[in-house]
Amino acid sequence: MRHIISILMENESGALSRVAGLFSARGYNIESLTVAPTEDPSLSRMTLVTRGSEEIIEQITKQLNKLIDVVKLIDLAESFHIERELMMVKIKTSPEIRDEIRSMADIFRGKIIDVTPTTYIVEMTGPSEKLDAFIAAVDPETIVEVVRSGPTGISRGEKSLHV
Amino acid sequence: MELSGGQILVQSLIDEGVEYIFGYPGGAVLHLYDALFQQEALKHILVRHEQGATHAADGYARATGKPGVVLVTSGPGATNAVTGIATAYMDSIPLVVISGQVSLPVIGSDAFQEVDMIGITRPCVKHNFLVKDVTKLAETIKKAFYVATTGRPGPVVIDVPKDITAPHIKVPYKYPKKVAMRSYNPVVSGHKGQIKKAVELLLAAQKPIIYAGGGVVLGEASKELTEFTRLLGYPITNTLMGLGAYPATDKQFIGMLGMHGTYEANMAMHESDVIIAIGARFDDRVTGKLDLFCPYAKIIHIDIDPASIAKTVKVDIPIVGDVKPVLEQMIALVKDSPKKANKKALEAWWQQIAVWQAVDCLQFDRTGPLIKPQYVIEQLYEVTKGEAYVTSDVGQHQMWAAQYYPFDKPRRWINSGGLGTMGFGLPAAIGVKLAFPDADVACVTGEASIQMCIQELSTALQYKTPIKIINLNNRYMGMVRQWQEFTYESRYSHSYMDTIPEFVKLAEAYGHVGMRIDKPEEVRPALEAAFAMKDRTVFLDIMTDRTENVYPMIEAGKGHHDMKLRVATGTSTDRELA
Repeated sequence: MRHIISILMENESGALSRVAGLFSARGYNIESLTVAPTEDPSLSRMTLVTRGSEEIIEQITKQLNKLIDVVKLIDLAESFHIERELMMVKIKTSPEIRDEIRSMADIFRGKIIDVTPTTYIVEMTGPSEKLDAFIAAVDPETIVEVVRSGPTGISRGEKSLHV
Repeated sequence: MELSGGQILVQSLIDEGVEYIFGYPGGAVLHLYDALFQQEALKHILVRHEQGATHAADGYARATGKPGVVLVTSGPGATNAVTGIATAYMDSIPLVVISGQVSLPVIGSDAFQEVDMIGITRPCVKHNFLVKDVTKLAETIKKAFYVATTGRPGPVVIDVPKDITAPHIKVPYKYPKKVAMRSYNPVVSGHKGQIKKAVELLLAAQKPIIYAGGGVVLGEASKELTEFTRLLGYPITNTLMGLGAYPATDKQFIGMLGMHGTYEANMAMHESDVIIAIGARFDDRVTGKLDLFCPYAKIIHIDIDPASIAKTVKVDIPIVGDVKPVLEQMIALVKDSPKKANKKALEAWWQQIAVWQAVDCLQFDRTGPLIKPQYVIEQLYEVTKGEAYVTSDVGQHQMWAAQYYPFDKPRRWINSGGLGTMGFGLPAAIGVKLAFPDADVACVTGEASIQMCIQELSTALQYKTPIKIINLNNRYMGMVRQWQEFTYESRYSHSYMDTIPEFVKLAEAYGHVGMRIDKPEEVRPALEAAFAMKDRTVFLDIMTDRTENVYPMIEAGKGHHDMKLRVATGTSTDRELA
C-alpha cells in the first residue's frame, strides 16, 4: 500500500542523506521525496512516498524515528489529509493543437505559464493521479519535458505535525 | 578560560571523566596530539592499527559499562576504524570515535588523506557529527557522549577538521553539564497496561521460557533478571550476547539458545507456550528459520528500541522500555498477584526439560590422544575459577568458549556477536585489562583470527597489560571448514593456511612468553603456569584436534527442534581421517 510519510527534521547538512541512506541500506523503496525548510529555518519538512506491507511501513517509521535528526513524523495516509503535487509540462505546439492544449489545461485547472511560437509550458497542481491523468490525455508525441515535484501533504483539521 | 580547539577536545574528554583514549596519530590530528602531550590526566594508548583502537575501546566499554573513546587521523586512519565502529554498532556498545578531517576550506577537493568519514560511517553509527565551528566543539562532544550512552547505546563519530583544532585560534571554553536535543528523547518507561498484561500471560503459562539477551547486560539489569527468574521458577536461556546476564551455573539456566545453543534450550523454545524476550532482538542466529520459529508460543518482548520489536518476529505483547525498571515493575506485580504460577504444569515442564537435558548435547570425546578444544575451555574455567574476563575472536573457538565457560556475572564475556569480527579478541582483551588490571583476562582465539590483529601484541607490551592468549590452533579456519564439511561435501576451499607462523617465537619477538601445548595432559599445567605469571602476557599455542566440530547445531534453513547432534561414533571427517 502507498504511504505518505511526513517528517520534521533538523535542518542540518547530511540530514537528507541519512534518510535516503536508511532506505537504500534496508532495501525500502522511495517513490518520491521532497524537502524544504519550514517557517522555522532550523527545521526541514520532508514528504516521502513509499510502498510496502503494514509490517514494512511500521519498520520504516520506527527506523526513521531512530534517526537522531528526525524530530517527529506522521504517516499521512493513516488519516484525512490533503495531498498536492506540482507539475510543469513543456508541450510542442503546432497552430492546429494550441486551442486543444489550452482547453485541456483549463479542464485540469492548469495554467499556461510560458509561450513561444513552438511550445507551451503548462503548470498544474493537484493529487498525483490528476497529474497522471493530464499526461495520459496529452498526445505523447507532443510532450517535450515533464517536471514533477513529488507529492507533499498536510493533515486536515486540527491534526498537525509541529514541534 | 580561552582554549584552542585541540585543548578544548582534550579538556572536554577530561571533564567528561574519560580515563583512556585509544588512538594513533597522523597529519590531521597533530594539533590534537600536541594538546594531549601537554597534559597527564587523559591517558593515551597507542595502538598499532586503528582497528585495534576501536576494539580495545570497545572491550573497555563492554567490561566497564563506560563509553570507549578512540582518536584516529583522517583518511586511512578513519577507514581503518570503520570495522571496529561497525562491530560496536551491531552489539550496541557506546563508543565515541574522534576522527581527524582535512581543513574545512579543502573538504571536498580530494585533499591528501581526505575521506568522507561522515558518509562512510553513516550506516554503522548511532549518529555522527562534523564540527564546523570551534565554538560548538565542547557542546558537540557532550552531545556525542549523551547519544552514545543513553537509550540503546551505540558508537558516535565526531569528525574534526584540522583547522578547528588550530593552536592559535582560542575561544572561551565551558564544558556543558547537561545537553538536551529536541529530536532525541531516549528515556522510555514501559507501558503500565502492557506490563500488567504480560505478567498475567506469564502466570497463566504452562510451558514458559525466559529468553534474555545483551540488552540486560547493557541495561545493568542482571540483578533484576535473576530475581524475576527465581521468583517465577521458570527456565531461562541466554543469547550469545546475554551470557552472564543470568548466572550460568544456576539450575534454572538451560544454556545458550540458537545455532550452537543447547538442545534443551532450543527444544524448550520450540515447545514453549509463552516466551518472554528481554533485551534480545530475535537475531537470525537465534531464531533459525523464521517460519518454524516457536510455533506454539505467545511472545512478550521487552526492548528499549521500538525498531527491534516486530522486526522479524511478530510479538503479542510489546513493551518498549528500559529493561531494568520494567523488570522491577514485573517483579512487584508477580509478588502482589493473587494468581500464582501453575505449579503442576511447571513441574511437568521441568520434567520434559530434564529429558532433553539427558541427551547431554555438549558431550565430547575425552579419551583420545588429541587435545579437544572443549577440554581446554573447561580447564580454563577451572584454572580461573570462573572469574576471568574472557574475550574471543570469531569462529569455532568463540562458540566453544560460549558453551563450556559458564559465566555467572555480566560483562565477563566479551565477543563480537552481531558483526562477527575476526581480530576483535586481542585488542578487546587489552582494553579490558586496562580497566581491570587485577583481574584475569583471557583471549580465546584461533590461529586464523589472532593473525587479524596480531600487531596489538606490541601494544600489550608497551602498556603492560598481561593477558593470556588461548590459541586453539587447529590449522584450519575451523568454522569455515565445518560448514564446508557439512554442506560442501568436505571441499575445503581456502579454509587452510599452510604457512602458519610459529606463535611461540612470534610471542617472544613481541617480548612476551610463548608456550606450545601438544598433549591433553599438558593443558592444565600450562594454563596454571600462564596464569601464575601475573605480570606477563602469555601466548598459549594449543594444538587441538583438527577435525573437531561445534555441536549441537541448527543448520541453515532448519528450526529449533531440528538440531544436528554429535554422533557418538564421531563425525564423518573423524572417520575419513582415522
